[in-house]
Amino acid sequence: MKIRLLVAYSALASLIFISCGSPKDEAPKDGTTVLSGEVKIDGSSTVYPISEAVAEEFGKVNKEVKVTVGLSGTGGGFKKFSRGETDINDASREIKEEETKACEENNIHSLQLEIAYDGLSVVVNPQNDFVKDMTVAELKKMWEPAAQNKITRWSQIRQGWPDVEFHLYGPGTESGTYDYFTEAVVGKSHESRGDFTASEDDNVLVQGVSTDKNALGFFGFAYYEENQDKLKLVGIDDQDDSNGTGAVLPSVETVKNKTYTPLSRPLFIYVNSAAVKKPEVNAFVKFYLEHSKTLSGEVGYIPMTDAEYDAQKKKFDDFIETHSK
Amino acid sequence: MKKRTKEKIIELTLAGCALLTILTTCAILYVLLFEAVKFFSVVSIFDFLTDTQWTPLFADKHFGIMSLLSGTLLTSLIAILVALPTGLIIALYLNEYSSRRFKNIIKPILEILASVPTVVYGFFALTVVTPFLQQIFPNISGFNSLSAGFVMGIMIIPYVSSLSDDAISAVPRYIREGSLALGANRFQTAFRVIIPSASSGIIVSAILAISRAIGETMIVAIAAGQQPRLTFDPTVPIETITTYIVKVSLGDVSQNSIEYQTIFAAGITLFVFTFLLNNISYWLNKKLEKKYV
Repeated sequence: MKIRLLVAYSALASLIFISCGSPKDEAPKDGTTVLSGEVKIDGSSTVYPISEAVAEEFGKVNKEVKVTVGLSGTGGGFKKFSRGETDINDASREIKEEETKACEENNIHSLQLEIAYDGLSVVVNPQNDFVKDMTVAELKKMWEPAAQNKITRWSQIRQGWPDVEFHLYGPGTESGTYDYFTEAVVGKSHESRGDFTASEDDNVLVQGVSTDKNALGFFGFAYYEENQDKLKLVGIDDQDDSNGTGAVLPSVETVKNKTYTPLSRPLFIYVNSAAVKKPEVNAFVKFYLEHSKTLSGEVGYIPMTDAEYDAQKKKFDDFIETHSK
Repeated sequence: MKKRTKEKIIELTLAGCALLTILTTCAILYVLLFEAVKFFSVVSIFDFLTDTQWTPLFADKHFGIMSLLSGTLLTSLIAILVALPTGLIIALYLNEYSSRRFKNIIKPILEILASVPTVVYGFFALTVVTPFLQQIFPNISGFNSLSAGFVMGIMIIPYVSSLSDDAISAVPRYIREGSLALGANRFQTAFRVIIPSASSGIIVSAILAISRAIGETMIVAIAAGQQPRLTFDPTVPIETITTYIVKVSLGDVSQNSIEYQTIFAAGITLFVFTFLLNNISYWLNKKLEKKYV
């Protein structure tokens, strides 16, 4: 008993000692301020790989700043963001009106910054030899709410495809990817059939499609690139010849030149107005815009042009100007 | 006098501990019922039991618990089909054939099976058993109830073997010797005399193992899939009640919404099943155990 108390006391004492000691560590070394503190990021699992890569690079330069990156989905992340729990929210869609409202209730303004492009990839199992391309209309027939429990076999989608049951895999309803896909394909955001394997964990989807001969799934292009040997891409035909004829496969070129429609989209980070008062957050966001061109490409996304990044930097500088007082 | 007060305090503390478990059960039941009542004020019990689809999180909402229940029952059925014969044969072998020394070594080793974390079993099912099954049945999906059920069966073998073992060793010596004296060989004695005599204990072991399988979460969440469907086809992805509850409680569904209340409705269904099974086994045990006194 006594020993335990002693341990507890000494732990407490050292805690106090540490917290007293820390301000001294922040003292300027050779004239410049060393950044410290914490940058909290959460949100889309699609943007996560970019933020994670940026955080890693940032950490190499600023060892005293702790950057945490969560992945609770765009919607889940905005809930925390609006309560002021996070500094930056990764988003794979634009902020919704009710989310802006929730932020304003807590006196939080947000700044939207574009950081890269993403293509949604529709994939099937490599053993599937009949699906090479699909039209948007066919995808819609497969995924719309009316298909629930009725459209279950390949032969119902296109004549000539086998009379075999298909199994669908897609992101869960909390993810921005789900909202984006349903809006682009079904026509209404957040509406689809319910009888498919829905998981917020993209690895579950990759695992499902890669081990199931009759599977079809969709998720961000980055997850396809990481798992190309286990999956087969499906070309998408939007039946609009003005932006590329016939079925188009997603790739860096087709996303950039906007022929891979409608399944390519911009990715965002949202910066909290309360957070720009913190120098470590400012430094991090600037670092982010500086490096997302190379880093987003490295993790499988499609970078924007230099001019576009410069425009984002300008936007951020203006935002600091308004909110740093 | 002083001693009496001390005794009293100890007694009260002990009673308090016992009460605490009962109170916890009551509190859980209260929370389940409270939220489930809200759920059933929106969705009729008739729809809940007869609808064949379960899609509360999507545009076209259906609340047919059967799609989840069929997943739970299917995986549990496969598990018990694996565990009951294996566990029973193990128990018979240890009692009737093996030497006492061998039994003393092998029994604790068997019980290690029950102490492997279920998440490990889940990944074992997904990454070892499923690919193996795909070699034999090429059409089986990556997520399927056969693999999850099979591995869950392995997990509950110790439940069956241990309890059956107790039941078999409780069969009086004179019955075994009587059978042998009449000219029956060991095999005949084991299957025609010992098993029927120990049947009550064996049934109880099976019921408790099923009850464990029904409540199992990690194995089925990892290996059986996340697509609710009313089917008894063991080769396709399904979703069990427990998987659904985990999925929704991990997600970001807002409280007080119907989506949130579904997990309590699903939970109470699960509770009813395990409660009934445990009580049946208790009742059977009471009713049949006094046979040889």
